[in-house]
Amino acid sequence: MTQVVYQSISPSDFFYRNREIAGFSNPSRAIYSAVRELLENSLDACEVQRVPPDIYLRLTELAASETGSNIYMLRIEDNGTGLPSDQIPNCFGKVFYGSKYILKQARGTFGLGGTITILYGQITTHEPVTIVSSIGGDIHEYEMMIDIEHNRPLILGHTVTKNKKAWRGTVVQLQLEGDYSRIKSRLIEYIKQTAMVNPFASITFVDPRGRLFRFERGTEKMPPLPSAVNPHPHGVDVEAFRRFISITKTRNMKTFMIEHFQGVRQTSAEKFLKSADINPKTKPSSLKPEDIVKLVRAARKYSDFKRPDPSCLSPIGEELLETGIRKELKLTEDDFLKVVTRKPSTYLGYPFIVEVAIAYGKSISKQFKGGITIIRFANRIPLLFDESSGVVWKAINRNINWSTYKVFGDTSLVIAVHVCSTKIPYKTVGKEYMADQPEVEREVGNAIRNAARNLRLYISRSIRIAHERRRLDIFGKYLPKIAEFSAKLSDREEQPDIEPLLKAVSASIPEVERKIKEMPTLVGENS
Amino acid sequence: MSERTVRASERRRESTDASLKQIGNIIYSQIQNREFPWIMMQSRSTDNIVYDPELGQYILGSRTIRRHSRNIRHIRPFTQMVWTAWFARELVHLRKTSTLREVYYSARGQADIEFKGQSESDGIITDLEVALNRPREDFNIFPEERSAIFGDLTIEYTVPGYEGRRMNLTDHPDGVMIGPAVTSSEFVETSADKVLVIEKGAMFTRLVEEKAHDKFNALLIHTAGQSPRSTRNIIHRLNKNHGLPVYIFTDGDPWGIHIAMVIISGSANAAHLRGLATPEGKWIGVWATDILDYKLPTENLTDNDLKRLKELKTDPRYKGDIWQREIDIFLKIGKKAELEAFSRYGLTYIVDEYLPAKLEAV
Ligand SMILES: Nc1ncnc2c1ncn2[C@@H]1O[C@H](COP(=O)(O)OP(=O)(O)O)[C@@H](O)[C@H]1O
Ligand SMILES: [Mg+2]
Repeated sequence: MTQVVYQSISPSDFFYRNREIAGFSNPSRAIYSAVRELLENSLDACEVQRVPPDIYLRLTELAASETGSNIYMLRIEDNGTGLPSDQIPNCFGKVFYGSKYILKQARGTFGLGGTITILYGQITTHEPVTIVSSIGGDIHEYEMMIDIEHNRPLILGHTVTKNKKAWRGTVVQLQLEGDYSRIKSRLIEYIKQTAMVNPFASITFVDPRGRLFRFERGTEKMPPLPSAVNPHPHGVDVEAFRRFISITKTRNMKTFMIEHFQGVRQTSAEKFLKSADINPKTKPSSLKPEDIVKLVRAARKYSDFKRPDPSCLSPIGEELLETGIRKELKLTEDDFLKVVTRKPSTYLGYPFIVEVAIAYGKSISKQFKGGITIIRFANRIPLLFDESSGVVWKAINRNINWSTYKVFGDTSLVIAVHVCSTKIPYKTVGKEYMADQPEVEREVGNAIRNAARNLRLYISRSIRIAHERRRLDIFGKYLPKIAEFSAKLSDREEQPDIEPLLKAVSASIPEVERKIKEMPTLVGENS
Repeated sequence: MSERTVRASERRRESTDASLKQIGNIIYSQIQNREFPWIMMQSRSTDNIVYDPELGQYILGSRTIRRHSRNIRHIRPFTQMVWTAWFARELVHLRKTSTLREVYYSARGQADIEFKGQSESDGIITDLEVALNRPREDFNIFPEERSAIFGDLTIEYTVPGYEGRRMNLTDHPDGVMIGPAVTSSEFVETSADKVLVIEKGAMFTRLVEEKAHDKFNALLIHTAGQSPRSTRNIIHRLNKNHGLPVYIFTDGDPWGIHIAMVIISGSANAAHLRGLATPEGKWIGVWATDILDYKLPTENLTDNDLKRLKELKTDPRYKGDIWQREIDIFLKIGKKAELEAFSRYGLTYIVDEYLPAKLEAV
């Protein structure tokens, strides 16, 4: 008779056993994910601190391991918030511990990424992690490991030093096994795209061969900090609703709806409750479980709430996105770039905003081969893998007939799509591509079409300009010959003056060129 | 040396020169007036080419076009035309001749004017003919020489160095090539009373050898396939100015028929020119009827032949009875025969039997 053993495992243990689902599936991906998680934490911390990030990232090869991949040291320094001393062990030594559980947009969300990176380093090298951090006061340095079985930090050392220069920020240094050579180009591309959507950040990367990659900021301006908001009634589930009921201090359902949810006003609260067949005067605590289910269902259907409050979102904004893309794609004045930030929208009650940029021109065709190059971002994080599985690919390649926009197979085009939301509809824990939620798909499509309409105008004007130039070339070539031979043919010494004719031909060019510069806002924009 | 001949050709030269210069003047002053230069000419597009039954040839209709340098598609041919006009005037000045092919190559030295192929330069020369209302021979441009003439005709040259010199066309037994010198010559006298035009060189040589010119008292002309304009012009002059009837003898197939027809009624390509057609010319064979009557060795008509025959049948130039009758018989028997087919009856049969019979009949 076999004995069945029942046990529970800690979250650390779970990720230890299933590290591939968090992006650590192989040695090269591990390097990529580690850099990514730490870089995102640093960017988050700087944004909260409202300082333009200055991030230094270094990957050093320490030794070659028996398995063929190498041991690296990964070090990241930022000038973000820093962490209070007592929070450092948990934040870096406990899975599902963090500061980003509130309802607002951030890169991290699960209290997972940084810790799992440390965990991965630990299980591949058995070396501790070093955290140095300050929130302005003393500098705290922790040397620690993770007690995987119990999901808790194991502090090996803690030193405190004076902070003479009033430094604020965090340094994380850890060792991990990985394979840099295979992921190099993706990793650089990842940092480059990060710089693209964070144009206010300066990022320095020193790679294991000692090469330095520097991504200079193009502006000091940062997008407004998103504010934490109440959930929108469309997106609430029964459990969340029940929790609000249990903690609320409101006395009737009408004020309850207004206080705990966004987008609900006096009249819409009343109308909504009526639609759910609940008396506005009902005391929240007196609701029966079936009433809660009824309310949640009715909330999904009720359409007169205000749109979800986008203040919890942090789109990059047209100006910043333009700066970032111009800088990283090295666009010139002559290239086309149109950025569209759509109005907020919702899927399943989660607010989201789609931003799109289309770049086209000589600089683009020099750097990219013919066809559409897609760059994807979710909450300002570049998505580099599984492109053809995601919603953006589908919107671009399946839903849009590009010939309407004068874009053909050999046209080099870059389309960048940014979706920001309090909940990105990722398909996998690896956070590599977004599922094709119909609302998201529609918004992405609309945004691209917006920008593409401008592109069409630009392309047709460019064609016209090229056409005009060609005309001028042709006249410039033949008129002198006509002058020369008509003079010879009529026995004259002097040639007739063709200047006025050449002027007449070129008259229309500056006009077209001016028009091409001032791209008009098209009717129906952003609607 | 005949003064009359020299003066006539000199006058033609001078007026050609003046009209070329005139084009230069027009264009020059258009530019000076800040106007994009243009030239008015008759349209050569197919819808402006009509058959004139009275003249018995194709002519250009009344529609005119402006070849305008303001038009992006026209400026290149316009420039080519100005250059060609200048080149033609140089030829006239220098009393030099040039072949169509030479014009094409001369333009090659001129960057930007260069022709894409000879057909392009030929087209521009035709434009110039239309614009000036003169044949290209007037400005000393001639086609490649292929065809020849033989028989008792005395000509007087007008070409430089030979002005006034005379020659009898029986002097050379291979026949005299119809080049610029023959074309521009004056016809002084002839004892012949007819012109016999033959499509093929081999048959021409045979006729000379068999002294057909004596037997039939004829001038012999060999067209070498579709006859060049200069040859057609000579046939026209012999018929019109010297009253010689013209008999045309070709292969018995649609292509042969059409060689005869172009001599008689002209071609659409030369609708802008007069003096090329010989409406009184007669096609004497090889007819479809001859194939039957003489039991000639034949080949089957190909699909292409049949198609061509059907086209000819509806062509306005082929309205006449003989044409319609012969085309119908060709279509019915589905056979064709070459001139050489008569060789089955011996080498002299054609001169001894066939031609006398045919000339008698028409
Ligand atoms: N560089 C940093 N600066 C300041 N705080 C940080 C930094 N890195 C991590 N943290 C804190 O540690 C927490 C846990 O990080 P992490 O495990 O990556 O989860 P998440 O980013 O999803 O919240 C974060 O929520 C944040 O509060
Ligand atoms: Mg994180």
